[in-house]
Amino acid sequence: MDGISPDIVAEHGLTSEEYDKILEILGRAPNLTELGVFSVMWSEHCSYKSSKKWLKTLPTTGPQVICGPGENAGIVDIGDGLAVVFKMESHNHPSFIEPYQGAATGVGGILRDVFTMGARPVANMNALRFGSPDHPKTRHLVSGVVAGIGGYGNCVGVPTVGGECNFHSSYDGNILVNAMTVGIAEKDRIFYSAATGAGNPVVYVGSKTGRDGIHGATMASAEFNEDSEEKRPTVQVGDPFTEKLLIEACLELMATDAIVAIQDMGAAGLTSSSFEMASKGGVGVELDLDRVPAREENMTAYEFLLSESQERMLMVLRPGAEDTARAIFDKWELDFAVVGHLTDTGRMVIKMNGDVAADLPIDPLALASPEYDRPWTPSPKLAEVTSDSVPAPDDPLAALETLMGSPDLCSRRWIWEQYDHLVMGDTVQRPGGDAGVIRVQRPNGEVTNKGLAITTDVTPRYCFADPEEGAKQAVVEAWRNLTAVGALPLAITDNMNFGNPERPQIMGQFVGAVAGIRAACDALNFPVVSGNVSLYNETAGEAILPTPAIGAVGLLERFDGSVGIALPGDGYALVLVGETRGHLGQSLYLREIAGREEGAPPPVDLAVEKRTGDFIRHAIADKLIAACHDLSDGGLLVALAEMALAGDTGAVLEDVNGKIAQHAWLFGEDQGRYLVAVRDAGALVSAAQAAGIPAQKIGETGGKELILQGSSLALDALRSAHEGWFPGYMAAG
Amino acid sequence: MTAAIIVFPGSNRERDMRLALEASFGRAPVMVWHRETALPDVDLIVVPGGFSYGDYLRSGAMAAHSPIMREVKARAEAGVHVLGVCNGFQVLCETGLLPGALMRNASLKFICRDVHLRVERADTAFTGGYQKGDVMRVPVAHHDGNYFADTATLDRLEGEGQVAVRYCAPDGAITDAANPNGSQRSIAGVYNDRFNVLGMMPHPEDATHALLGGLGGKPLFDGMAGALKELKGAAA
Repeated sequence: MDGISPDIVAEHGLTSEEYDKILEILGRAPNLTELGVFSVMWSEHCSYKSSKKWLKTLPTTGPQVICGPGENAGIVDIGDGLAVVFKMESHNHPSFIEPYQGAATGVGGILRDVFTMGARPVANMNALRFGSPDHPKTRHLVSGVVAGIGGYGNCVGVPTVGGECNFHSSYDGNILVNAMTVGIAEKDRIFYSAATGAGNPVVYVGSKTGRDGIHGATMASAEFNEDSEEKRPTVQVGDPFTEKLLIEACLELMATDAIVAIQDMGAAGLTSSSFEMASKGGVGVELDLDRVPAREENMTAYEFLLSESQERMLMVLRPGAEDTARAIFDKWELDFAVVGHLTDTGRMVIKMNGDVAADLPIDPLALASPEYDRPWTPSPKLAEVTSDSVPAPDDPLAALETLMGSPDLCSRRWIWEQYDHLVMGDTVQRPGGDAGVIRVQRPNGEVTNKGLAITTDVTPRYCFADPEEGAKQAVVEAWRNLTAVGALPLAITDNMNFGNPERPQIMGQFVGAVAGIRAACDALNFPVVSGNVSLYNETAGEAILPTPAIGAVGLLERFDGSVGIALPGDGYALVLVGETRGHLGQSLYLREIAGREEGAPPPVDLAVEKRTGDFIRHAIADKLIAACHDLSDGGLLVALAEMALAGDTGAVLEDVNGKIAQHAWLFGEDQGRYLVAVRDAGALVSAAQAAGIPAQKIGETGGKELILQGSSLALDALRSAHEGWFPGYMAAG
Repeated sequence: MTAAIIVFPGSNRERDMRLALEASFGRAPVMVWHRETALPDVDLIVVPGGFSYGDYLRSGAMAAHSPIMREVKARAEAGVHVLGVCNGFQVLCETGLLPGALMRNASLKFICRDVHLRVERADTAFTGGYQKGDVMRVPVAHHDGNYFADTATLDRLEGEGQVAVRYCAPDGAITDAANPNGSQRSIAGVYNDRFNVLGMMPHPEDATHALLGGLGGKPLFDGMAGALKELKGAAA
């Protein structure tokens, strides 16, 4: 074997210290194949070496938690023998290089993480960040990413029930594509990845292996530069049809007792799946690459091990179960090959053409996986922006119209109409509201009365201004969105997107964000059950805004108990629940109307959030609330406008802002608030006050316009501003 | 009455269809795998939505050559009622059971949204739950739903009353704005010349529950249940 030069080590993204550790573990120099295995296993993407120290501090347990982080996805008990399985994962760098395939395979990968555990995927979500609309690449990236997410999800037949999308120039060279899948499993039929039983067959199923995606994990662990286009061959190509077959075949096999352990081949493919399975189960594994179904000729061991070809799974079967399993995969016309067996040697031995291509000790490699305590500096706190320093608009309703037609607040219909959000026939709350809601089906397709609410949230501009407070806000907004549809929030998955952790200020953002998530999850009994870290989101030294995207799931004991944001008709009272102080720092009003991005983000009071949300949820359950919307971007007036458009019902606002300046009252982004439509305002207000929660009637529904102090804005005009921006922007390209 | 649903690799709305049929027919349909060569004795055969064979060659083209489709065709020719929805409509066109073809949407994008359909005639086994001219609200979810046929065929379809449903405004008006995919003459669904085969792009099965998409499609299933029961009674 040729010698490994320092250049080759560097090309594999390994430091000289890490290479020395490899020499120590092996007691010899690795060959190129072995070096490749180390490089992916120790990549930031697979090893979490910069983030591990901090992730360990997150709350991950609770009575509802069946399985926290560390497996393919998190699992939470939803009663009646059922469990919800979910995770969110990034596919940022591939999506920037090749938006359609990057986004599509992001969806494919997260689906596999969920059905690997025995769950039928029942809903998808996503969190997307693009560069400034003015950037020349943005339109192309939006178009490709949305088509890719739709192309994959629509074909596999899993509804995409919501998501979020922002624009900001910090993402010009580094977009974020975070995809989330939610699945349902029978609690007593969950499958894990720990391989056990020396001698048990190791089986490869799914698509054949090609040369695509080699070194994807390493790419995902490096900064971008002008040459990133040349990395296009490292992006994988998705085949949603095969994925659909794989879902059905795996679930069919999972109904038998054939499987000991199962793991999808995601980042770092065959290497990481076999390694992780053996490592978790404390066994060794021997693979014969000559038996791996190949799509191309003359592939080397290095290529087989590092390929990220999609739609592949690795399973350990019970002895003698091969025929049962093979018959199922034959029925679904998928490749099936026994490629090796487990051993008791504690080593991963890879054979090819009768030779040993790699021979690595499993535990030492796993245990020696690097963990860094990277230097970090806390983000400086920013000054409050007071409302008197922010000009009031001449006409608040005109300012509303501008905001509702701005890139970050306009309707996302252009996006979600390209996603099949109805397949499976269980969609209760469609995209466009606070959270998607689906009726729960059992994995065998039988219907239940339960509902699941799903949301993804983060406000990156808050996180940039104050990572800790911003991350806290991301968690509470997710929690509020679930609450606002009437669901009991269960748990979250966090998708941590940050810049280069080797820079202390970026590491400081990460540390702050973890602290914020921890505080919020602790206070709300809202543990983190799965997650993903994406670092090095920088191009030419410019980092993205810190973006800890939160995916969250809540439970409705009855799906027919959910409410939406649409105003239900004329004659309802509008009640604002929660305290308004008029916080304009980092608000969209400040950015879009006053042209300033500054100040501290709105503070989060976790105790108040909890109290207010619990009150709202009970009031929904008690049928006191006919429509509900959480207040977030754009504040009170934007929330009302969204409710009005959704229900095609206008409203008259009362003049009740008291001592707070009117523009701060209407557009401030104070947290912990909900706007609700009710039949009986008095009853709700007094119930809220009895619970120690501020609540006041602010108006009434009716007509086809919004009326404020004698001036009015027709819903039709508002609708064309709100619906017009996205299609207009995309068509202008 | 008994219904059968044909399941291809890549079908993905067979469960939606099963739930809708079960609710109206009072019994679960038989799920028939595409490799089967025989069908049980059924009153209705449904070809559901999805991406059969990934739609990789052309939507519905490969499924049309599945072993089971020979049997579906034979049954249809013998007068058994056949409903094809979305990908199922594409498959029925590809097999020649229905005229025309479904091309890429005019927008070139996948479209998932509620549309309104005008019922062009209420005297078939599929539409007994509606009055002629009724408007139903049901969703579409497709990439290739742009109905195309040559002018002579379109004129013949219109002349013979084979247009089943058209995309329309909520008040029933046929307008370009209400046509989601560029279909010729706003055609959303057509019958064969014996009126025992119906293909349509929209998904009535996803509008059969008040809280899950509304009830716009419910009369279609209830109407089929009633008509097929009557036919069965008459034959017995």
